[in-house]
Amino acid sequence: MSDIAKDATASRMPTYVGMPAFPKAAHEAVADTRLRRNLAHATGTIRERRAAAVAELDDWAELRDAGKRIKDHTLEYLGHYLRMLEGKVTEAGGVVHWARDAEEANAIVARLIKETGETEVVKVKSMATQEIGLNEALAEHGITALETDLAELIVQLADDRPSHILVPAIHKNRAEIRDLFSHRMPSAPEGLTDEPADLAEAARRHLRAKFLSAKVAVSGANFAIADTGTILVVESEGNGRMCLTLPETLITVMGIEKLLPSARDLEVFLQLLPRSSTAERMNPYTSAWTGVTPGDGPQNFHLVLLDNGRTDVRDEEVGRQALRCIRCSACLNVCPVYARAGGHAYGSPYPGPIGAILSPQIRGIGSKVDASLPFASSLCGACYEVCPVAIDIPEVLVHLRAKAAKKLPEKTVMKVAAWGLRSPARLALGQTLAGRARSLAPHLRFPRAWADTRDLPPIPKESFRAWWKRTHGDSADRKDAS
Amino acid sequence: MKIALFATCVNDTLFPGTGKAVVRILERLGHEVVFPEAQTCCGQMHLNTGYPEQALPLVRSFTDTFEEYDAIVAPSGSCAAMVRDWHGKTAARQGDHRLAERAFALTPRVHELAELLVDVLGVTDVGAVFPHRVTYHPTCHGLRMLKLGDKPLQLLREVRGIDLVDLPDATECCGFGGTFALKNADVSAAMCADKTAAVKQTRAEVLCAVDNSCLMHIGGTLSRQRSGVRVMHLAEILASDR
Repeated sequence: MSDIAKDATASRMPTYVGMPAFPKAAHEAVADTRLRRNLAHATGTIRERRAAAVAELDDWAELRDAGKRIKDHTLEYLGHYLRMLEGKVTEAGGVVHWARDAEEANAIVARLIKETGETEVVKVKSMATQEIGLNEALAEHGITALETDLAELIVQLADDRPSHILVPAIHKNRAEIRDLFSHRMPSAPEGLTDEPADLAEAARRHLRAKFLSAKVAVSGANFAIADTGTILVVESEGNGRMCLTLPETLITVMGIEKLLPSARDLEVFLQLLPRSSTAERMNPYTSAWTGVTPGDGPQNFHLVLLDNGRTDVRDEEVGRQALRCIRCSACLNVCPVYARAGGHAYGSPYPGPIGAILSPQIRGIGSKVDASLPFASSLCGACYEVCPVAIDIPEVLVHLRAKAAKKLPEKTVMKVAAWGLRSPARLALGQTLAGRARSLAPHLRFPRAWADTRDLPPIPKESFRAWWKRTHGDSADRKDAS
Repeated sequence: MKIALFATCVNDTLFPGTGKAVVRILERLGHEVVFPEAQTCCGQMHLNTGYPEQALPLVRSFTDTFEEYDAIVAPSGSCAAMVRDWHGKTAARQGDHRLAERAFALTPRVHELAELLVDVLGVTDVGAVFPHRVTYHPTCHGLRMLKLGDKPLQLLREVRGIDLVDLPDATECCGFGGTFALKNADVSAAMCADKTAAVKQTRAEVLCAVDNSCLMHIGGTLSRQRSGVRVMHLAEILASDR
């Protein structure tokens, strides 16, 4: 991913260089029929499975509310719980590092790896390290970071970018993956088929050699337990567990909002997360570790606590709810905009509805991409409906829209419209004029963005208001007229 | 019962038939309808496009106009949702706490048409006759903000002669989304193409919904495709009586 470079906001989250605003990026994606077919198939399947998995629990609404409350409570007392976590991890033989932004986090991880003398590390799939562009930063230090999650591996081999939080290679079909493995994976067998089992076997052979030789692993974290200092990673494949147990050194980069007060809270989240994300009753692999254990697993453990704009988001009354996110990606799978535009159009590692509210908050709403993201939604509300921690994504989108820079023609239209609508007399005058001009309407092709694919409705000769006046004009409520 | 009609600016200007239909249904059921002429717009376009400061005076004028009524009907899912879910919040967030209080007190009395009929007036059979094949699209705000559920369908099922057919992937957004249809025209058109394909699959003559703005978008596409499928607001079907 050599085309990720740094700009003014890169100390927080990289913006893909040359990334156009959402409507332009989406324009290309919508025209890509293969991409749309791949996406529609994948999201449609997972959407139905999720709904069935959720429907199995009759206390889902209560669980969802509990998830929301636990996260809100933790965010409210974040400093307290983070200090508790730091104390417990240190007590258990781990080392805690604090990183204000992406640059600091990357520098810490690079230094820690250099101190081991290694130049190759294995990685557990992690959104936090995507967010800070860790792999690219390590490459600058001559360190190769090898993704071990199957889908992340596919994306990495293709020099591509992830397009989904949970299924980063969702935009690729089996045939594309077979071709990729044949060309880019040295150990791929001759005559590799596009059968899932064969593809998985090829990846298994490729990765096993890496697992057995790696001395350093880098991971993210799904949860951290403040009162015990325990870190958790949940996954489906078991590749993460190989990274978490075999190497000598483990470095975990964790967003500070991943915290939970106590192990008891897992009861809620280990139900909410797998059902929402993979539609599984329970994820196949849950790995938990507390500091280091002599003779078992990595003997050096470093925890990098990443802020990267999170404390600023936390201070936002409406926007802070985005920090409840547990990265399940249910919102992506139900989003009709994501299904047509694809993940790349969102210009950040966080695509879909959650990306549209998270990226502009973490990076700031200054760039073209970030200013366009809050508008990349029809506000249909499907994302809010499925969110396991009840993030009101439409509410945050509308809130961010008010903060995005306003362009002049639209600003004027909105002002004039508001002026016209503030007075019933002005509205009625507009209606009369429109009614008189209605013979022109069938010839109108404006605005083009509308009229390219849709006919405009004919303008009626008489408005409702005028009809009411004509037929019910003597009504008792006439005092309201002005 | 005396019911104040909030026609909504889009219906008032472009779809007067919907307001007339509401008047007809309610008068047929023996209620008194009033149209407070000071009304204009709920401010949804301004708020949703990122201009809450322009929406505020519209919240104020809506509150001034409708405060005195006990029951208000808005034949539009999204406008009813805007008033109910957002008027109070919009005023509060801009620091007008007196207005917020008044809006919070008023908004529970605002009902979408199907809600008014089923929940408040307790009727599902409004005496309508409509011998056509109809499919129903539950618009997003009606579905997820107002949580109308199957109330519109309860009303449609009682219509004499109607052949009501299910719409595939009914709960998927049509892609209108207010200014979204202009700002992200390509994605919006792609969403609507799928919606109209589903509508045509039902071989219905009429697509029905509780929001004329969504119907304007879907209907405009159906018209451009020369599909021959008409779009009608729920009120217009419920007002038909022969």
